[in-house]
Order: sequence, then C-alpha cells, then structure tokens
Amino acid sequence: MAVSQRALEATGLPRLGRLARVREWWEQEHVFGYSLIVPALALLVGLVAYPFGMAIYFSLSDYWVGSPGEFVGLQNFRDIVGNEMFQQTVYNSFVFSIIAVVFKTVLGVWLAMLLFRDFRFKRLIRGAVLLPWVIPTALSVLAWGWMFDSLYSVVNWTAIHLGLINPPGPNWLGMTSYAMTAVIAVNVWRGLPFFAIIVLAGLVSIPREYYEAAEVDGAGSWGRFRNVTLPLLKPVLAVVILFSTIFTFSDFNIVQVLTRGGPVNTTHLFATLAYQIGLTGGNLGQGAAVSLFLFPMLAAIVFIQLRYIRRE
Amino acid sequence: MNVGVRSRGARIRSAVFGYANMMPFLAFALFPFYYMVITSLKKDAELYSLKSVPFLIQTGVITDHYRYLFFKTEFLTWVKNSLIISVTATSVSLVIAILAGYSLARLRFRGVGAFGTAVFITYLVPPTLLFLPLSQVVVWLGISDTIWALIVTYPTFLVPFSTWLLMGYFRTIPREVEECALVDGASRMQTLVRIVLPMAVPGIVCVTLFGFTLTWNEFTYALTFVSQTANKTAVVGVTADLIRGDIYYWGSLMAGAVVASLPIVVIYVWFLDYYVSGLTAGAVKG
Repeated sequence: MAVSQRALEATGLPRLGRLARVREWWEQEHVFGYSLIVPALALLVGLVAYPFGMAIYFSLSDYWVGSPGEFVGLQNFRDIVGNEMFQQTVYNSFVFSIIAVVFKTVLGVWLAMLLFRDFRFKRLIRGAVLLPWVIPTALSVLAWGWMFDSLYSVVNWTAIHLGLINPPGPNWLGMTSYAMTAVIAVNVWRGLPFFAIIVLAGLVSIPREYYEAAEVDGAGSWGRFRNVTLPLLKPVLAVVILFSTIFTFSDFNIVQVLTRGGPVNTTHLFATLAYQIGLTGGNLGQGAAVSLFLFPMLAAIVFIQLRYIRRE
Repeated sequence: MNVGVRSRGARIRSAVFGYANMMPFLAFALFPFYYMVITSLKKDAELYSLKSVPFLIQTGVITDHYRYLFFKTEFLTWVKNSLIISVTATSVSLVIAILAGYSLARLRFRGVGAFGTAVFITYLVPPTLLFLPLSQVVVWLGISDTIWALIVTYPTFLVPFSTWLLMGYFRTIPREVEECALVDGASRMQTLVRIVLPMAVPGIVCVTLFGFTLTWNEFTYALTFVSQTANKTAVVGVTADLIRGDIYYWGSLMAGAVVASLPIVVIYVWFLDYYVSGLTAGAVKG
C-alpha cells in the first residue's frame, strides 16, 4: 500500500484523526478512480441507459403523450411494419444513407488529395472548406430551402441560364422525383468537410518514402494512388465511413427543415417519422418503435468498431 | 516530392490544375453562406422578382430585415437563451468529463476498460434514438418547456464526446510528472488540478469549443423539448418561429440565420486549428 504510506507521511501526523483516515482512503488509486467517474456514470445511467430502457418499454406499450398505456407486446411493431409509410421510410433511409455516404467518401478523398498539395492560402482554404460542418445545420439548411424555392430557386435560375434545363425547372422540394436528390445533396454538402479533413489527416501520416519507392518502381500518379494511398488510408476511411453512416442514417435536421418527410413521405427517415408519429401525432409507443429501428444499425457499427478497429 | 527534377512548366501546370479543381469545392462549400447574406440585405421586391439576378443586389442594400428581426421578434431572447444553455451545459460537461477522462486514462482499477468502452458506445448513440423517452423524462423532472430541459439533456452527448477527447490528451502527458508530484506529497486531487490540467490546456480548449458549438447548433432536442416561444434557442427560434403561418419571409429568415451563426463563425475563425485537431482526434483516435 505505497499510496497510503505516502498519504500518511504527507499528513505529517503521528496519529490519524478521522479526517486523515478519510483522506487516506480517498487517496487509494481505485477509490479515487471510481469516485471521479461517479458523476459521468450517474449521467449516462440516468439520461442515456434509462431512457433507452424506456424507449423499449414505450415501444411495447400503448403509450400516448399524457396517458401511459398498457403493455401490448409487439403490436406497435406489427402496426408499423405493415404501414406503407414506414416501408417507404425504410427504403428512403437506405437510399439516402448509401448514396450520401458514397458521394461523401469519393468526393472527400478527392478533396483531401487537393488540400494535401502545397499551395498558397492553405489555412484559409481549409477553413473555408470546413465551414459547412461548423455552422448550425438547421440554419444553413434553411438557406438551402430558399435556394430550392419552388418559384425563385437560384439553382434553377443558374441551370436555366446555363442552358442545362428548360424553364421553369423542377420544384425540388415539392416533387416526389426530386426531393430525395435535394436532401441528399444537402447532406453531402454538410458532411463532406468531415470526410475531407479526416482523410487529410490520414494522408499526412503516410510516409513520403512509400511514394518515392513507388516512383522508383515506375508507378504513375494513378498507380501511386491505387497502390500506396488507398491501402494506407483504409483504416482511416473505415472509421470515417462507419461514423458517417451512423449519423447519416439517423439524420433529422436536414429532412425536418427542408421537407418534413414530404412530399408524400418520399424523404421521411426513421428520425423524422418517429418525430411525426411520436410527438406531432402523440403516439409515443409507435414513435419509439420507429426510432428503435435505428438501433440494429448502431449496434452493428459499434460492434465492428470495437471488434476490428480499436484493436489496431 | 522531387521538385528539382520537374520542370518549371510542369509545376505551374500542376498548380493551375490544383486550383482549378479546388474551385468547384470552394464554391459548393461557400455559396449557401454568400446567398444567405445577400438575401438578408435585399428588398422584398427584388427577392420575389423573376427578372432579377439572384446572385447580386441590384436595387440597393437595406437593413430592414435585420431591424425587423431585432425589434419585432423575440430574436434577442432566443440568443440569450442559447448563450445561457451553451455556457452552462458546456461548463458542467467539461468538469464531469475532466474527472472521468482523467480517471479512465490514467488510473488503474477494476472495470476501467469496460467503462471506457461504455463511454465510447454512448459517444456513438445518435440523439435521435433517445429524444422520445427523454421528452418524457424532462416532463417528469418538471423542467419541460424551460431552458433547463436542454441544460440537463445536452450533457448526455457532450460528456461522452468530451471524455473521449480528453482521454486522448491525458494519455499524452508523461506519467513521471504526476508521480513526482505524488512523491512530493501532493494529494491526487492536487496533482490533477495543479499538474495535469495545466498540461492538458489544449485539450480543454478544444473540448470547450466543441461543446459550445455542438450545444449552440443543436436542433433535435431544442425543437422537441421546448415549445414556448420565449424559451427557444436561437437556432430553433429562427427555424420555427420566423415562419408566420405557412409563409416564409426569406429576408428576415436569412437575417436570423446570419446573426445566429455569427458567434460560431467568430469562434471558428479565431480557433480554426483547434477545430481541425479536435475533429481529427475525436474520430480517428478511436
């Protein structure tokens, strides 16, 4: 008990009073360690684990805002799975997440390669590129809503004046065939900086000697990218893609501000549907059941992260 | 790479190519903000005219939308609410996270690994998974529809994030420094406060910046837990309450978006490098 010895000497008292004994007890590594995590533990149990348990309980009961209902088993799940709006939401969520994450990955690697070069105003340009990720999403998405306005869309104005489309152009947020494109574009806009900056950090960590060796072996720039950059970026890319998948799949802000799930539910994601059913509609049981569909995805990603990535 | 070998022409060509490629990305990233600002300064007649060029302000700059925002709406109250919520939630979370992060990064006791994993998992839990039950928890706590609903719930995502980030910073401090302090008779708490914290200042700055940004920008909980206009945050107030009926008044909406983003922009410009390092550390050091 080296620690208590030290504490004993530190107090400088030959006989230990009660206070000194408490102090000695508190100086033990494990006691001190546990006591420091108590506030965090209380918070995570009370406001994360407990609500999660409640979400499960809600989903199994006929629970409405203001009136706790009785246990109904899997009725809520049966109801929503049979519901067309929910089926549409599942489809939307996968389309939205897969397309957005693919675009963010490809453009993110490309942008990171551009940012990696030596050029003037490096700091300024990096700062500008990261901006969409820093500004409050709900507010920048509001600006996108105005850019996609049904009558005065600047996107359409530009495309018409460049001769790309015929006037008046699509009503981006009001037509079922365009709304998903608009929502994905905004998600890519907002998530791209995250990819670019992290991939950039990955690029910086690749030793230059590898490129020099590849060059000596006669590899061109595409060969260097394929055989050096890409394999060495793999761990970083895996982390970013997993992270982004969670947050794209569970996205709420963009859809809620731009379309609220419309037109005709073609942009509803799990989070916005849960909001609509659980809060706007007041059916907390069914809303909780919808939001719990986010959980398998989350669990799978956490598992992959813990099992394969943190090990390295 | 081997710059000496390449000709001057090739270098210039490569630089031009680089800038030319960067341009679309920069335009894509910045245009919405540019458009936000010019919209907030245009006359309504110009905003809603199909003949005008949307990229320019052709009929003069006006400040009416800003004046409307400041004097005819509760915008300033929302900003005040946001400030109180962000500062309180960030400070509380910072203290909790420093304690937990130090303990998990440095001390050895049973269960430390499991708790570290638990922090990591909660760090990945998206707010949208828990907002329905949390909306009931704040009702039971009697703080529903007040700014306290947000002060209490924001630490649920701030603490895991901050703890995770700080663990990384604490690990970079050499153990010997702490051991010296302990041998010299400092208590563990004194060692943490006087020796470790000053060395972890970059990490603490980073966590504070991210905490402030995340809470200021938060939308899901702020929209869900507070419905009274006077208790809203800036982001939700602008997004939800400036729309009267079903009509979007784009001038004042964009003015609100500009002003409510401004605190974040200022902090961001000032501390850019911290944002970059925090972003990288938060994701990659997993």
